Amino acid sequence: MAEMTYAAAGAAALSETMEADRTVWALGEDLGRGGVFGQYAGLEARFGAERIVSTPISEAAIMGVGVGAAMTGTRPVVEMRFADFALCATDELINQAAKARFMFGGQTRVPLTVRMPVGMWRSSAAQHSQSLEALYTHIPGLVVMMPATPADNHAMLKAAILSDDPVVYLEHKNLWPLSGEVPDDAAPYRIGTAGVARQGSDLTIVTWSATLHDILAAAGRAAQAGVADIEVLDLRTLWPWDKACVLQSVRRTGRLLIAHEAVVVGGFGAEVAATVAEELHSDLKAPVRRIGAPKLPIGYAPTLENEIRLGPDRLDAAIARMMS
Amino acid sequence: MSNRGNLDRNRFLAYHREMLRIRALEETALEGLKQGLVLGAIHPSIGQEAIAAGVAGQLRRDDILLSTHRGHGHTLAKGADPEAMMRELFGRQGGNCGGKGGSMHIADFSVGMLGANGVVGANIVIATGAAHAIRLHGDDRIVACFFGDGAINRGPFLEGLNWAAAFDLPVLFICEDNGFAATTRSADLTAGPGPAARAASFGMDAESIDGNDITIVAETAESLIDRVRRNRKPAFLHARTYRLTGHTGADPATYRPATEVEQAWQNDPIARSRALLVAAGVETEVFDTMERAVAAEMKQVFEAARNAPWPDPAEGLTDVLDARAPEVA
Ligand SMILES: Cc1ncc(C[n+]2csc(CCOP(=O)(O)OP(=O)(O)O)c2C)c(N)n1
Ligand SMILES: [Mg+2]
Repeated sequence: MAEMTYAAAGAAALSETMEADRTVWALGEDLGRGGVFGQYAGLEARFGAERIVSTPISEAAIMGVGVGAAMTGTRPVVEMRFADFALCATDELINQAAKARFMFGGQTRVPLTVRMPVGMWRSSAAQHSQSLEALYTHIPGLVVMMPATPADNHAMLKAAILSDDPVVYLEHKNLWPLSGEVPDDAAPYRIGTAGVARQGSDLTIVTWSATLHDILAAAGRAAQAGVADIEVLDLRTLWPWDKACVLQSVRRTGRLLIAHEAVVVGGFGAEVAATVAEELHSDLKAPVRRIGAPKLPIGYAPTLENEIRLGPDRLDAAIARMMS
Repeated sequence: MSNRGNLDRNRFLAYHREMLRIRALEETALEGLKQGLVLGAIHPSIGQEAIAAGVAGQLRRDDILLSTHRGHGHTLAKGADPEAMMRELFGRQGGNCGGKGGSMHIADFSVGMLGANGVVGANIVIATGAAHAIRLHGDDRIVACFFGDGAINRGPFLEGLNWAAAFDLPVLFICEDNGFAATTRSADLTAGPGPAARAASFGMDAESIDGNDITIVAETAESLIDRVRRNRKPAFLHARTYRLTGHTGADPATYRPATEVEQAWQNDPIARSRALLVAAGVETEVFDTMERAVAAEMKQVFEAARNAPWPDPAEGLTDVLDARAPEVA
């Protein structure tokens, strides 16, 4: 058992995987200096510049090289620096990585992990703050993962790297300094499984990534105020998502709220809501609801950024509404 | 440049045969298109065969090749089975990709052919990645990456060439310059002195050649590939040619005068190869026998593909993801 940050847990996961498998390598801008958020700290010194590769500012090439190298017997970990910049490599990810196995009739696999830091973080404004997971959950052929804790970042990143599927791996920038226990002997993470972050009986809240922590705090307040006993599910993998876990919980509580930092319209919450409405219509005591960002670019000034954020007031109101 | 008096007859007969096979495969595919057997668009490389045969002829079986939407010639010359290719074009079982890809996604990983591509220029960065993986593995394979003159105006061209040069990767980039990007004359929209100059600006060895002369293609490719293999650095081959058909099998190519096309037929690489071999003393019967054998091969390929069963619809559900969420109770 070790106490480490979310960033260090990511570095440890990569390091352990590289130690065990010579074909694992990482590529991205400034990785030799530890990456922009320190999530590669110490790795170049340990593994050398041949396996921790600092690249030119060439997102299409970083992703495309990852695809070609994944089809040529290696397991690349591609770093996009900010999820926003991965948009410069959408062809390489969506048309190439996600399609190669299928369109070539199973002749190849693309064991690629694409790390994309997401989320609002210190007035980073419209081009450095987005949560774009729904873009990737829409694409057949991609796994989409979003860890919320240091322990999960450790276990989930290892699972992503060892997977033969292409994985879009979205870490939240606000979580880098978050510290937590990372067990040495944790069972390997099984891709596609949600976690029960808090047990409860009145209301199920499905969430993921940094929003998990806001929801846990809100659930604590709701319990204290006697508003509701909330079950909090951390989806962790968005595709394939753990329908079984969600359905089983909502069947019991009869109420579902989905909370995410991304824009609500067309967000992945819509998929969860639609599925629960289709499957559990007669079990529901209240309409399924979603809460997330308005359909707005993210502003720079804190007062503007806070318009987008799921602050405590909005969360408490959403919970009260679910219980009314 | 080549010593034509001393043409290595067996070597160039082999390339000649390969060019005939590519031409016959594509003519067969065009016939299949006419009969409704080829289901999607095909982009014939008729008139450009010397580049495929001349470059692929210098590659080892374990070398890697990446191609474009106009990739039948590269695929066949790298060693793919023509019957599997025709089955793929007809969308049938036994196609290289099981009918999941079609012409624009044809691939045969068993011979190092890592795919045609439906996205112009996309293969340049993927090829660079294959070469980067070879660097990590530390073996002596190389990668050959084909693309058209239109692709050099896309971003991945700059990113891929810079990367390959910056990391000393063993790639031969081959720009097949047929003068057109779909209906556009590339020269009208391409600034500067051309593909080889762009490659040279990255410090790469770059040669600009007549891509319809099989001897020049083969000998230049041989020398560049030898340098790429020994020096573990990229190189660039700019091969000028002409697309004798429309952009696709269905394109009447009305955007260019008939006289231009007639003139281009005078420069047909297969006719030129034959003339060279005749001058080197190869008898007419040798060509006749070769042409008959190629025609018979492609006739058999056509019949086999036409009679092949459709893919089982259940195949459409496979080869997407391994990951599975827990079953819903
Ligand atoms: C990114 C992208 N843009 C446009 C197209 C449509 N398209 C297919 S082939 C082609 C022309 C390509 O010209 P060139 O690279 O010279 O290859 P050629 O067809 O001449 O072999 C175009 C525009 C495409 N497939 N991909
Ligand atoms: Mg062209």
